[in-house]
Amino acid sequence: MTPILQTEKLSHVYSAGTPFEHRALVDVDLCAYPGEYLGIIGHTGSGKSTLIQHLNGLLKPTSGRVLVEGKDIWASKEATRQARFRVGLVFQYPEYQLFEETVYKDISFGPKNMGLDEAEIDRRVRESAAFVGLPDSVLEQSPFELSGGQKRRVAIAGVIAMEPAVLILDEPTAGLDPVGVEQILSNIHDYHTAKNATIIVVSHSMEEMARTAHRLVVINDGRIPFDGAPREVFAHGEELESMGLGVPRMTRVFHRLKALGAGVDPSVYTVAQAKEAILAALKAKGTSSDEGGAV
Amino acid sequence: MALKDITLGQYFPGKTLLHRLDPRTKILLLVFYIVALFMAKNALGYGLLALTLVGAVLVSRVGFKAVLRGMKPVFFIVVFTAVLNLLYTPGQGEPLIAFWVIKIYWEGIRTAFFMVLRIMLLISCTFLLTYTTSPILLTDALEDLLGLLKKLRLPVHELAMMMSIALRFIPTLIEETDKIMSAQKARGADFETGNLLHRAQALIPLLVPLFISAFRRADELAVAMECRCYHGGEGRTRMRQLKYAGRDYIALLLGLALCVAVWCSNLLGVF
Ligand SMILES: Nc1ncnc2c1ncn2[C@@H]1O[C@H](COP(=O)(O)OP(=O)(O)OP(=O)(O)O)[C@@H](O)[C@H]1O
Ligand SMILES: [Mg+2]
Repeated sequence: MTPILQTEKLSHVYSAGTPFEHRALVDVDLCAYPGEYLGIIGHTGSGKSTLIQHLNGLLKPTSGRVLVEGKDIWASKEATRQARFRVGLVFQYPEYQLFEETVYKDISFGPKNMGLDEAEIDRRVRESAAFVGLPDSVLEQSPFELSGGQKRRVAIAGVIAMEPAVLILDEPTAGLDPVGVEQILSNIHDYHTAKNATIIVVSHSMEEMARTAHRLVVINDGRIPFDGAPREVFAHGEELESMGLGVPRMTRVFHRLKALGAGVDPSVYTVAQAKEAILAALKAKGTSSDEGGAV
Repeated sequence: MALKDITLGQYFPGKTLLHRLDPRTKILLLVFYIVALFMAKNALGYGLLALTLVGAVLVSRVGFKAVLRGMKPVFFIVVFTAVLNLLYTPGQGEPLIAFWVIKIYWEGIRTAFFMVLRIMLLISCTFLLTYTTSPILLTDALEDLLGLLKKLRLPVHELAMMMSIALRFIPTLIEETDKIMSAQKARGADFETGNLLHRAQALIPLLVPLFISAFRRADELAVAMECRCYHGGEGRTRMRQLKYAGRDYIALLLGLALCVAVWCSNLLGVF
């Protein structure tokens, strides 16, 4: 399968030539395939936000290339513009970018910039509001009267309304209560399944990523040390901890069990997998008599 | 390209002699330097001043690149000044170049050159001050130096407080502007093309969120200050006391010496 989004040896240096020079990304090779749900995890300051701002041409690489559907997004002005629409980016705390008098107008800002006609804009605004669970009555309200969680959903709808093929969200659940987190995650999941869109979510939370993402990309000091299915990534428990990232609680328990001598598979991260792993271990124990013990 | 790369008023932390001088000394030195700069009339005077600046930049270790970068925003003004001086300075004798309505005299070249040098030195030395002095120290020093005006019932403390808050929030606001701009660009906003009206309209999605967040910040700051019982400058003590040290007196003497040297070099009439 050909990747829908790809970076080749992408590097970025902030404030080059000053005492504040900082290499935020170093030779990053990343790709995302159509219909994939990709998680990017990394410690504070590891370069996650920098990376995703390259993916739709908001930041220009110091060196390296970014390809969207095989085309270099910096090849021409038009290519950059198209990339902005093909790759939708929801920023960290997006609620601070709202500016219109009504929610409806704010959501329609993106589609309007795309040059769509009235009817199409109207359809997209209503559809994207529905995706994020905003009732019609809210559409005519001022975005500044809404609660924090609602504002965030308006902001996400504003990007979804452009119907991007790749939707990137920077810490979409930061600062929300557990119910709010679940709602946002299921909104994203709905968009993912309905449009078969590629989703890239940036997060600190391993638990959240473990549950939702098909593939995880770990970023540390501007490089990608691990890239693979959650199970493969979590197998590197110690390295992850040394990068200031935890592994999910369930994985940690199983790493400990393994260390204590139980014959369990330490890469599990959900309760269901845990149950299977324990049963498998018990079965193995039953057949090979007195091995292990702590299970 | 990013707004953040504007270095105006940015502080480069360090421990060099220039960083450690008392901020009041540095402000006074800047005043001396500017006075000397406006006194200078010939190559010897300008040469002395340029050498002093080069020396100061070397001591401060902020690097010439950073100092030169401060010149970028005024580049146009510098060129404009140079051209005007070049063309409109009358001279005695034959013009060096006479072409159509353009007459360039030796005096024009000389004035233009010195003018450009003067602007560049003026900007560089001001930047050097902000590069080597943290904004907080700078406002503390200003408050102290302007202390005399308090007797005239001018609200010096309040002014200094306002200034330090403004300085403190400039980088924050620039960062915020950058962020909101990116967020709106991600939704296809276009800040760079179109006619004037179009561009002014394009600023609305930027300015509305910016103002809202500035007001929110102001609110939060006011609450935070009240929580710490801030009630103006009356009877307020400081954690950092400004104190002149030996090096400050030496630096001030050197500054005076520079003024005198430039004044003397005018009498010599070299070039
Ligand atoms: N505009 C900028 N100018 C200079 N340095 C920057 C700029 N933006 C980010 N950096 C630096 O680049 C590094 C990566 O920043 P980035 O915002 O990508 O981190 P992040 O992984 O998104 O962190 P967080 O989880 O806190 O959002 C940080 O060390 C940061 O200090
Ligand atoms: Mg970030």
